[in-house]
Amino acid sequence: MGETRGFKVYRGVVLVVLGLFVLIPLYVMVTSSLKPLKDVQGAFTWWPSNLTIAPFVDMWKTVPLARYFVNSTVVSVAATVLSVALAILAAFAVSRFKFRGRTVFTTTVLSTQMFPGVLFLLPLFLIFVNINNSFGLQLVGTRLGLIITYLTFSLPFSIWMLAGYFDSIPRELDEAALVDGCGPMGALWRVVLPAARPGVIAVAIYSFMTAWGEVLFASVMTTEANRTLSVGLRQYSTQTNIYWNQIMAAALVVSVPVVIGFLLAQRHFVAGVTAGAVK
Amino acid sequence: MSVATSEARPAAEAKPAKKKRGPEHRPGLNRWLPYLLLAPAVLAELLIHIVPMFVGIWMSFVKLTKFYIANWSAAPSAGLNNYKVALDFNNAVGEGLLKSFGVTVAFSLITVGLSWVFGMAAAVALQPQFRGRSLVRTLFLVPYALPAYAGILTWNFMLQRDTGVVNHVLVDNLHLTSDRPFWLIGGNALVSLITVATWKLWTFAFLTLMAGLQSIPRDVYEAAAVDGAGNLRQWRNITLPSLRPVNLVLVLVLFLWTFSDFNTPYVLFGTAQPPAGDLITFHIYNASFLTWNFGTGAAMSVLLLIFLMIVTGAYLLITGRRSRRG
Repeated sequence: MGETRGFKVYRGVVLVVLGLFVLIPLYVMVTSSLKPLKDVQGAFTWWPSNLTIAPFVDMWKTVPLARYFVNSTVVSVAATVLSVALAILAAFAVSRFKFRGRTVFTTTVLSTQMFPGVLFLLPLFLIFVNINNSFGLQLVGTRLGLIITYLTFSLPFSIWMLAGYFDSIPRELDEAALVDGCGPMGALWRVVLPAARPGVIAVAIYSFMTAWGEVLFASVMTTEANRTLSVGLRQYSTQTNIYWNQIMAAALVVSVPVVIGFLLAQRHFVAGVTAGAVK
Repeated sequence: MSVATSEARPAAEAKPAKKKRGPEHRPGLNRWLPYLLLAPAVLAELLIHIVPMFVGIWMSFVKLTKFYIANWSAAPSAGLNNYKVALDFNNAVGEGLLKSFGVTVAFSLITVGLSWVFGMAAAVALQPQFRGRSLVRTLFLVPYALPAYAGILTWNFMLQRDTGVVNHVLVDNLHLTSDRPFWLIGGNALVSLITVATWKLWTFAFLTLMAGLQSIPRDVYEAAAVDGAGNLRQWRNITLPSLRPVNLVLVLVLFLWTFSDFNTPYVLFGTAQPPAGDLITFHIYNASFLTWNFGTGAAMSVLLLIFLMIVTGAYLLITGRRSRRG
């Protein structure tokens, strides 16, 4: 598109309007996390008059944030590792083998991504309660229950995206590995996976983000023992006080790792998303 | 990581590989291998998605109140009663569901529309190279990368009546009104929901459309410019038609996401949902977990699923027919 004057004006307007829309909440989040409590309880000020890092210190004491952090980390890391492992195996099967039921599998798995979560929430809660009653395996209120739930949330998209990546790796490479005496699994491990590394990284970050940010199931499946950050941050609102400065500080701290991870892997996301859209 | 990433071509740019005789030339084990590879993923999907879906359908036909939750096999059959209750618009439950449905339709249409317009505007603005382009692009992606609840909590703070930045701008800076409006209770709740959801969602539209724009060759625009087509004509005649396949999927995905959005109302309002912000997933959640009447909640969920399937089916049918003709 030509760089006419009209276009430059258009670009300027779009960048300013949408830039402010994006930036103002981020600015409010950062500055409010640096204000003392009485300043966030009074009228809003654009420029913080008393800068303090106290909220970043106090937020660990007001609620058991460290425990929520550990819970979220354990749950998200475990769900990510399992989800990526399962997705690699399934995507390899879809990409490299012709077998009966292949289309049924891919359409079924992908369509589960479309269903609203509330549809599974009630039955899954009930199934977990009954598994506990029948087998003594506690899934509601434990990290294990969250892990097996979350690993399936990112699975459909991960399989779909990885299968696309694997398709782009020439089959001649697998065949060379097979000639060299590797089995199909050897070919996957030594040839396909190394070549698909960017895809695996992107899928891992996507799975982690999904688990880290999940709210609906966490609000039902967690008790104080396994509470994750997505629900735990609500605890800053007590009967007497809402610690907005600490909420903002905690929101900032829990966001930084995922935002950095996502921004580093954004190119592969874009590639994966369009690959699916164009197909 | 960026060193490693430049080696392999992402799927988008590779031609779909032809189905050659792959590693399946050894019969026996290899016949079963794909099923073995799929088994863990299938098991996980069965446990968390497929079986619960059927259990959910069963639940919608029984009287599953809190007395039967731990002993569900004893729950008496309810026939179509749960559906009758959910769809009887003269009583409180049905009326609530209908209102919530209306709110959700309005919310989804406006949020998807705004997100698409913003995403398209930004993607087109960032199409030509200019200084600072990648910085702006990265900034625009932050709302999508942020954990949903972190962004929504920030908006919750911003929309507070007395201490929030929104009223500070409207009342103190711009003097648009003299009394501070409520944003999280009352009629403005829907406006707040749309704003917050759009804030998060438009960047996904932007990400997708930007990727789609990269696949349009530059010389098409140059040829059009030589022919005297202005920017707007170029957008209408080149950009829009080229993005059609991307748009078809994008709009559907955005709609399905917004229609079953739970995070935004839950984090914004807590359990005290204002009627104007009572989105359907949130409504079902409250109907089930506040009253512990799972049967009615399940019936509402099934109705929601049927609605989404009909919309998706009709959408695919209409768009599919149109592209075959075009």
